[in-house]
Amino acid sequence: MSIISILFYFLSFLAVGSAIMMLISKNPIHSILWLIVIFFAISGHYVLMNAQFLAIVNIIVYAGAIMVLFLFVVMLMNLNAETEPVKNHRLQLIGVVSGGLLLLVLLSAVMKTKANLPVQMVVGEEGLIQNLGKTLFTYYVVPFELSSILFLSAMVGAVVISKKD
Amino acid sequence: MQALTHRAKQVNRSPMNFWERLYLPAIFQGMSITLRHFFKRKVTYNFPEQQRSFSPVFRGLHILNRDAEGRENCTACGLCAVACPAEAISMEAAERQPGEEHLYREEKYAARYEINMLRCIFCGLCEEACPKDAIYLSETFAPSDYERKQFIYSKQDLLIPHPINEPEEYKKALGNRAKPEDKS
Amino acid sequence: MDNSLLAIDMALILEKLVLIVVVVFASLGIAMYATYGERKVAAFMQDRRGPNRAGPFGILQPMADGLKLFFKEEIIPNFSNKILFVMGPCLAMLTAIMTSAVIPWGNHIEIFGRSVSLQIADVNIGMLYIFGVLSLGVYGIMIGAWASNNKFSLFGGLRAASQIISYELAMGISFIALLMVTGSLSLKDMVLQQQTGHWWNVVYQPLGFLIFLICAFAECNRTPFDLPEAENELIGGYHTEYSSMKLGFYLFAEYINMFISSAVMATLFFGGYDFPFVDESTLSPNFAALLGIVALMGKIIGFIFLFMWVRWTIPRFRYDQLMYLGWRILIPLALFNMLATGAAVLYFHK
Repeated sequence: MSIISILFYFLSFLAVGSAIMMLISKNPIHSILWLIVIFFAISGHYVLMNAQFLAIVNIIVYAGAIMVLFLFVVMLMNLNAETEPVKNHRLQLIGVVSGGLLLLVLLSAVMKTKANLPVQMVVGEEGLIQNLGKTLFTYYVVPFELSSILFLSAMVGAVVISKKD
Repeated sequence: MQALTHRAKQVNRSPMNFWERLYLPAIFQGMSITLRHFFKRKVTYNFPEQQRSFSPVFRGLHILNRDAEGRENCTACGLCAVACPAEAISMEAAERQPGEEHLYREEKYAARYEINMLRCIFCGLCEEACPKDAIYLSETFAPSDYERKQFIYSKQDLLIPHPINEPEEYKKALGNRAKPEDKS
Repeated sequence: MDNSLLAIDMALILEKLVLIVVVVFASLGIAMYATYGERKVAAFMQDRRGPNRAGPFGILQPMADGLKLFFKEEIIPNFSNKILFVMGPCLAMLTAIMTSAVIPWGNHIEIFGRSVSLQIADVNIGMLYIFGVLSLGVYGIMIGAWASNNKFSLFGGLRAASQIISYELAMGISFIALLMVTGSLSLKDMVLQQQTGHWWNVVYQPLGFLIFLICAFAECNRTPFDLPEAENELIGGYHTEYSSMKLGFYLFAEYINMFISSAVMATLFFGGYDFPFVDESTLSPNFAALLGIVALMGKIIGFIFLFMWVRWTIPRFRYDQLMYLGWRILIPLALFNMLATGAAVLYFHK
């Protein structure tokens, strides 16, 4: 096994294992921390695919900002394993069925794609920041500009909300 | 409103102008002040190595004085105890027996003489009250201790070293505040 | 870069390992002496002498402090979350040290015919990496604060989180303006640009530097932004329940953060290992590298002194003032700076 495939399997097991841990842990804080581990594993995958920009942005946005807010809210709500409401069996059944259906859909979608084509490790150049920037500013310039206007307006909105009136 | 003291300073409540609202000039001003203090000469004494001299009017621990032949001056008259505003001094008198003339100067002496250093306020009134120049306040201060009873100083703790047997210790204990010998 | 993961030989691993060990221990040592420096600076600014008992001029004081922390009793509160309680300080320390990976500590040196770069990882997203690790720094504080099961700790943790998120925005925008000037995210490229021909970036980005500096103070939880630990209202903030070396880790992480952010500021805005008024290319590479390290260390020490100088001059903000400064002043200023930089770049490069 090459060092790349060792890393790949390590990261994959880390991601799947911590996803399972996230689901089964009783404490919501622990769930959030496992979720953060998943993000790190996924960022590791991005690095393996030579998409460094995506990897670091994944960490900045998800692990660095959104998860901090999650943690923030859960800490304030003081959710514990003891205070968790007991759900009735019908609800649980519905949850299992719908989750299973979603899994089925995802599985069939994965099977439909050219699953035997392995993800290109290390050799791809699309994820590097120059190429990404060129693509974004030439081919996808209109959606990019629109979304940037959205973000700017959100930021201006935050400033306006913070203004006392 | 009339100012209570002539040092009262009127606070400027006018709205700040743009330059002041930037706060940066004020911050730089403050930082220049701290930087100036950074290079100032420090006034701290490095205590154990470097000791400050006491002022000539410092009043510290009491000392029971002896005369030049080493006899105790105290005659247990009790004037110091009466003068003491904190009532820290207590004593018991005894009569001098024949053959004790080299120990006590007068016919009466203090068999027991105690000062409670926790009560004492080191005002020095005992020193002023003493007609025999038997007690004065030295230039040391009471050391700390773990027990209250250690602060009740007995006669042994207070007596000055013997001037003939231990001349050096006597000189050291005498300090600068003892009155000249010829006066006594 | 594209094949570097495959092209790993033993010599490279060895040289990187040595570099990592040296950098980690150097930052630990500098953080240790930063505590000593802090006490000395504080003392001197308050007309005192500072620690002067342990060794000549108190130079062994950090060792004495460290020893004391090690021998203190370790207390883990009964109602705390034990795993997370231990994890908190570890994470704080980890994120503090991680940033040092992308900082170029000097130019390459030559040993046994090999050219050894004095940078652990020259990735082309260096600045984003720093930004990402900075945003993770809040986890150590938040997790430790929550795991203590103490209301004061929780308050400290919440304050830290909201403060760091708020100031990250302005910092990011000032980053972007700097990026427009340099055109590269790699820290090595930036230093090379500042070394050859260009002025230091602070000349092009004075406002950006000011915003970055203020945000760096806030991200390091240093006075005037030390609200997370605000000892006179929150007891000790997030480290109220911590004792012994776990407390030491938190305090230490703060000093390492200060050291690393000084290094980042020196690299981004003050030319990194560029020694002013000296043309490094005419010197032998080893001497140039040495000179570069000296220059960088000098700049870092200058910034650390600035951190301490400000701490002992300016009182702490109130919480609403902190938020007002972050959202109402720094972000609009940073946006303006970004637009102005963009316009200037467009005008001069056309």
